[in-house]
Amino acid sequence: MLELLEKFTAGFGPAGEEMIITELIKDEITGYCDEIKTDKLGNLIAYKKGKGNKKIMLAAHMDEIGIMITHIDEEGFLRFTPIGGVNPRILRHQKMVFADGTLGTIGVEKLDDIKDLKLEKLFLDIGQDSKDKVEKQISIGDTAVYQKNYYHTGDRIIANSLDDRAGCALLAGLLQEIKEPAHDLYFVFTSQEEVGTRGATTAAFGISPDLALAVDVTDTGDTPEARTMDVKLGAGAAIKIMDRGSISHPGIRKTLEELAQKNDISYQHEVLEFGATDARAIQLSKEGVPSGTLSIPCRYIHSPAEMIDVNDYKSCAQLLERFVTSELLDEI
Amino acid sequence: MLLEKLSNAQAVAGREKEVRDIIIEAIKDNVDDFRTDVTGNLIASKGKEKSGAKVMLAAHMDEVGLMISEINGQGLLKFKPVGGFDKRVLVSKEVVIGQDKIPGIIGAKAIHLQKKAARKKPISYDNLYIDIGAKSDKEAEKLVSPGDMATFPTKYNQIADNIVTGKAFDDRVGCAILAELTAEDFSFPVEFVFTVQEEVGLRGARQAAYAINPDIAIVIEGTTAADVPENEEHRYSTTLGEGPALTIRDRSIVVNKKLLQELINTAEKNNIPYQFRRTTAGGNDAGVINISREGIPAAVISLPCRYIHSPVSLLNLTDYQNLKSLLTNFLIDSQGKEF
Repeated sequence: MLELLEKFTAGFGPAGEEMIITELIKDEITGYCDEIKTDKLGNLIAYKKGKGNKKIMLAAHMDEIGIMITHIDEEGFLRFTPIGGVNPRILRHQKMVFADGTLGTIGVEKLDDIKDLKLEKLFLDIGQDSKDKVEKQISIGDTAVYQKNYYHTGDRIIANSLDDRAGCALLAGLLQEIKEPAHDLYFVFTSQEEVGTRGATTAAFGISPDLALAVDVTDTGDTPEARTMDVKLGAGAAIKIMDRGSISHPGIRKTLEELAQKNDISYQHEVLEFGATDARAIQLSKEGVPSGTLSIPCRYIHSPAEMIDVNDYKSCAQLLERFVTSELLDEI
Repeated sequence: MLLEKLSNAQAVAGREKEVRDIIIEAIKDNVDDFRTDVTGNLIASKGKEKSGAKVMLAAHMDEVGLMISEINGQGLLKFKPVGGFDKRVLVSKEVVIGQDKIPGIIGAKAIHLQKKAARKKPISYDNLYIDIGAKSDKEAEKLVSPGDMATFPTKYNQIADNIVTGKAFDDRVGCAILAELTAEDFSFPVEFVFTVQEEVGLRGARQAAYAINPDIAIVIEGTTAADVPENEEHRYSTTLGEGPALTIRDRSIVVNKKLLQELINTAEKNNIPYQFRRTTAGGNDAGVINISREGIPAAVISLPCRYIHSPVSLLNLTDYQNLKSLLTNFLIDSQGKEF
């Protein structure tokens, strides 16, 4: 189960360039579904036939945050622009990697005041001392992400891009395991979530689901002096009530709660004051789609060292499996 | 030149009629049919019966401007910005208001009367007003009403070899190029879309893309050329005179890779200079077209313009010709191919 997580977090996939992740996932799910396709925005959509006649869309996003090169100077330093929510304070002095494996360190100009630490003060150093040499490897428009790393320590996983390869791994794992879904399932590995839930927008339009569940990471409030938030690492699967982009459909929320209680799966409620998931886009598709989110609690989101708890991850997997096989879905 | 006429016309977002009428006049004999949709987009078709991918070409008709919000007791007009304005540039500018083009100037407290601290900050909208020379609210109300739109009476002008100045080049350059392109014949269906309300949230393009449901879309824009003093080279977004700018990604879109590569190939094959837009700030109609329905591969080609979103901008006519040539060659080469 954790093999998928390790495999997917190792892939390069900034928003808009999810092709490598698509291949990694396809490799795992081909043979387990009735149909598989990639749409025009790069969503990977796997269809698995079920008993009932509802269409259920499950969404996890493949893309990760990163940077795009905008300028190469004469000395061989590269300037860049953000892809998604990258924070200059986190980015400083990180190792970044390009699709071809080229590695670099983020440097920073002299700062008189730490408040001046803005993205435009940062540059990428790939170890070349001239523009000509850099241009043999890198062009304007090329993208880079945090250097890949994956560690299993105690009950915790520390890795890059758990947001949202953890969700992708849960969906792929579910597809490998599931025998008889209650209804038709559309496993959607979405593109461009980090830049505005774009893939989910077009995928939902194409599928026209009867209900949808996004699977994504969420923040926690359990670290020293953290912003108040009642989600704890290790306290179970987080059933989202609300975030900045969606209010979870009460029927979906209730179903998840009942299933967790009945099956002794540890869970917690989640209200996220910042951020959103693919549910934001799916719920507003066409005439509206009842949507919710199942969240994996995660610390240090959008850093190269995101952290999740293995037991939370397993609880999410169990709850997800119960959800898609549940007769309660008929009531929503 | 059509660009001159379009640049001189007034079309603040939501009031695009004047520009739309000029475009209709310019294209009506070239296209099979045209219509204005509910939001005000002008949609003109060519070759509907032809096979091949349906191509949507889009440029927005609207410009940023000011909306009159209140007429005070002294006959002075309060206003609100429509679209993203650089408010530092507003004070002491001439404006024209509404369909009747009532002239006025933007006034503020004289510098002698401003406190020292106030001089260091741009004057806020609350402290600016438009003076149309009316002596009272009654006199002003005869000429203007709240809700009227104001823009600048800037006249298009050639100031040097190939260099012209004018207002609203963002995006009258796109409108002019698409209108001129209607004279060409293509072997596949083309929809020329002149959109409304881009500057206030990409509103027109959304409906147009949904209705047309094209196979691919190309948006033609005016974009910032930031190759000016006090800006470091790595912060230039585009450079004047170096050709049309191709967007790789911006705040609203990741441009379809194959489509982008095809545009690059066309430029290189035909020796048309081009540059990349080297910032991801800003977004445009391509963003909403791209996520319409099940997704539409879209690209953006921009004309570098200095000082956009101000009363006067500046562009290079060679860039204009090169953009037009890139788009024309791309369409001919791509032959209605799907991406």
